[in-house]
Amino acid sequence: MKDLTFGPFAAVGKATEDILASLGKFGEFFIEILRSLRDVSTWSPLLVQQMRRLGVDSIPISLFLAMFTGVVLALQASYTFTGQIPLYFVGTLVGKTMMLELGPVLTGLALSGRVGANIAAQLGTMRVSEQIDALETLAYNPVAYLVVPRVLAGVLMFPVIVIFANALGISAGLVTAVNLLDMSTQDFIRGLRLFYAPFDITFSLIKTTSFGLVITVIGSFMGFTTRGGAEGVGSSTTRAVVISSMLILVLDAFWAVVLLQ
Amino acid sequence: MLLRGAPSFSASWFVDFDWPFADMIEFINVSKAFGSKVVLKGFNLKVNEGDTVSLVGFSGSGKSISLKKIVGLIAPDEGTIRVDGLDVQSLNRHELYELRRNVGFVFQFAALFDSMTIAENLAMGLLKAGGYTEDAIRERIEESLRLVELEGFGPRLPSELSGGQKKRAGLARAIAFRPKYLLYDEPTSGLDPVTTAVIDRLILRMRDELGVTSIVVTHDMRSAERISNRIAMLYDGRILEEGTPEELFRSTNPIVRGFVDGRPELVEQGNRELQGLSPDGSMP
Repeated sequence: MKDLTFGPFAAVGKATEDILASLGKFGEFFIEILRSLRDVSTWSPLLVQQMRRLGVDSIPISLFLAMFTGVVLALQASYTFTGQIPLYFVGTLVGKTMMLELGPVLTGLALSGRVGANIAAQLGTMRVSEQIDALETLAYNPVAYLVVPRVLAGVLMFPVIVIFANALGISAGLVTAVNLLDMSTQDFIRGLRLFYAPFDITFSLIKTTSFGLVITVIGSFMGFTTRGGAEGVGSSTTRAVVISSMLILVLDAFWAVVLLQ
Repeated sequence: MLLRGAPSFSASWFVDFDWPFADMIEFINVSKAFGSKVVLKGFNLKVNEGDTVSLVGFSGSGKSISLKKIVGLIAPDEGTIRVDGLDVQSLNRHELYELRRNVGFVFQFAALFDSMTIAENLAMGLLKAGGYTEDAIRERIEESLRLVELEGFGPRLPSELSGGQKKRAGLARAIAFRPKYLLYDEPTSGLDPVTTAVIDRLILRMRDELGVTSIVVTHDMRSAERISNRIAMLYDGRILEEGTPEELFRSTNPIVRGFVDGRPELVEQGNRELQGLSPDGSMP
């Protein structure tokens, strides 16, 4: 009988086992985060500091991205519409695209690099240098102390960042349209208001909140489960960015199916 | 369940209650494996009040893991670890935190929080415990730093300290609670002989001035001889030999002799004897 302990079947079996084991660990970790929310006295003094580090400090990169996205959207819309569609639709396209898609998703992807990598590297280094064990020996709940303030900061601050990003992206589109496309401000705003629905902002914020949750939880999980030394920290950081970026795109599609259909 | 029917667990109760068990740390038939790698199998060790026990053994033999089990950082697969009669595995989180305030842990690379000053590192545990005024915390920090000969180092960051100073700062953090037990994970690894002697002197000082019971994981036999009243050698997942430093240094067990004298051929001979093979490796 052929030995099945080697070869493709064994490899697939091992990979499946590893994935299921990781999912199980992730489930336990997420439940521990929810439980640790009760330890308010541990996480609350650190929340504002994390909101500043993960949120306020991320605003410049998000605004930079949003500004150039707004410029390019206005120019591409005009290029596409020329001679076929009234030019005031440039405002419609810039506004809708920024709020529904590019504002949240580009910000999410940028923050998965900046915030997710930062969290994974920081907690990973603390794990391999036994600082997390040291916290436990000092009678701290490390999830309440290290993870909860980061996750709450992500969930609370990412929507704020995206509000700024959306506003700046649309403003950049307006400035581009007025200065480079011979459009008037009134035309751009007319287009912007044409298909505007208040739900657009709600949709944008719901998406961003979920991105904030995913980026901070995945970064924390990867950091907490880091093994080995510098190489382990490096691979945890990479995995945090890759997995959270992929999940952002999956969630993007998920919310479109659930909320826009 | 040792706690069943006992009064509710709190720091004051831990100190005041007339506990029927002797003050000690006890490993009873402890086993632990990581995947297919069995680290401990039927590990037994008793550390009595006032003891300073050095746990020696080869790299990867499970010494550090044994220490982490005492404070519940790693759970055993089988067996029981008792601290003052309390089964560590049966404690809930709150009870475990209370226990940890009685057991200071000195990490191999100090594990200081690098974004905080030394004083802030020392204050962490006290702040969490509550019940200390700001002055009391400041006083305790200064006293702890004085005990480890680091007066005036409170405002410095860990990155501004040498390896030996970091280890002493780690010790100061561990004693900030004035614990009953101190666990040292390779306190002298990577240090020059003079700094090693300083750390050894501090370990003895903790015993004499604070009256702590200690377990020291180390590879350094000279250091173990200086600081311990008992040495236990961990080999193949269990205690191979245990006794006073003199007894261990006079051991006729080839593995112990090989470890003490740094002679791998004796260790190989001892291995063959353990496996029941003749000295040339053949079946007898």
